[in-house]
Amino acid sequence: MANDPIHQFQISKWIPIEIGGLDFSFTNASAFMVATVAAAGAFLYLTTSSRGLVPGRLQSISEMSYEFVASMLRDAAGSHGMKFFPFVFSLFMFVLVANLLGLFPYFFTVTSHIIVTFALALLVIGTVVVYGFYKNGIGFLKLFVPSGVPGVLIPLVVLIEVISFLSRPISLSVRLFANMLAGHITLKVFAGFVTSLSAFGAVGIAGSILPLAMTVAITGLEFLVAFLQAYVFAVLTCMYLNDAIHPGH
Amino acid sequence: MFVTPGYAQEEAPALDEAHTVEGPEHGGGSFPPFDASTFPSQILWLAITFGLFYLFLKRAVLPRIGGILENRHGRIQQDLDQASRLQEEADAAVAAYEQELTDARAKANVIGQEARDGAKASAETARKKVEASLDKKLGDAEAHIASIKAAAMKEVGTIAEDTAGAIVQELVGGKLDKGTIAAAVKAVR
Repeated sequence: MANDPIHQFQISKWIPIEIGGLDFSFTNASAFMVATVAAAGAFLYLTTSSRGLVPGRLQSISEMSYEFVASMLRDAAGSHGMKFFPFVFSLFMFVLVANLLGLFPYFFTVTSHIIVTFALALLVIGTVVVYGFYKNGIGFLKLFVPSGVPGVLIPLVVLIEVISFLSRPISLSVRLFANMLAGHITLKVFAGFVTSLSAFGAVGIAGSILPLAMTVAITGLEFLVAFLQAYVFAVLTCMYLNDAIHPGH
Repeated sequence: MFVTPGYAQEEAPALDEAHTVEGPEHGGGSFPPFDASTFPSQILWLAITFGLFYLFLKRAVLPRIGGILENRHGRIQQDLDQASRLQEEADAAVAAYEQELTDARAKANVIGQEARDGAKASAETARKKVEASLDKKLGDAEAHIASIKAAAMKEVGTIAEDTAGAIVQELVGGKLDKGTIAAAVKAVR
């Protein structure tokens, strides 16, 4: 039971809510979504409350994340893309803080559920499609017809482009979900080795040093992955938004 | 070494038991991330929390951080502007100082030249004045000498006539009239 690597993804209802036959219960997942939002919002709000001309350490973190996302978006989508800055910044901070919170023992990882990452990915692609058509009208479809392709190849290229566009929400969501899921399972499995092996007495305890070292190393790696996946999610969002703003390749 | 196998034997069944107990527990539900019954709740709470987060960041946090950064850039720009302005002022002050220095030098030269010219001119006038006064004195002296000479010459004629009259009287014993003697003296002269 304690060694079950899947148990950590179990959702338990805290406050059961049912509307129209659908289960909208406030669960541990909901609680950690609230915690993620509260932690990120409070950090960003409180560290910048002094509005220091010379920033302190914590204010620097908030400013650096701001400038990090801003330069990412500006590089990928140009200055027109800056109207999506609050959106991209919220996504980045939400995914990052959710990933980081999930690394605490006994904490639930919001982004380890495919439905959450898929909903975020659909939000991104939905924004791209809606804004793309709103801004460019039918010209948005030029996205699927790269310029400079010989006429014979156009049907094939369009088919490939459409498939690649449709697979974007899937790849975007599965990448984040799978990384979080696999990382946490790996951590749990190695940590489980430590407890199982140490049950075999002195030799077992000696043998459990290796999985313990692995657990420590993987924990470090997972912190990197937590940041990296948030970054990848945000960068891909920026690139997709660029397609909506400048559909011609 | 005697103890460890014993532990192993004791613990092994317990572990197996644990595994068999686990099996049915999560065998009932599917793999949690793919359990569709949790989806409505997750989507709803994600929408609520992420929506609020987005609004909070957009309304409160991002304008504030943006303001801080803008303020800082503005301040740095202002400081740089001020620095370059001060630099310009310093350059201008140096240029003005050097200009004044050259002006002063030129003025000093002019003053020196003027003083030299003035001294020369006054020396010249003084010399001319002295020369003029000397010339005048010389002329006066010459005129005086000439008048004295003329007077003396006149005297000489009279003396010669008197002397000649006296000599003739002594030698010849008679008296000659003055006119004859004067004519004779004049003829000798």
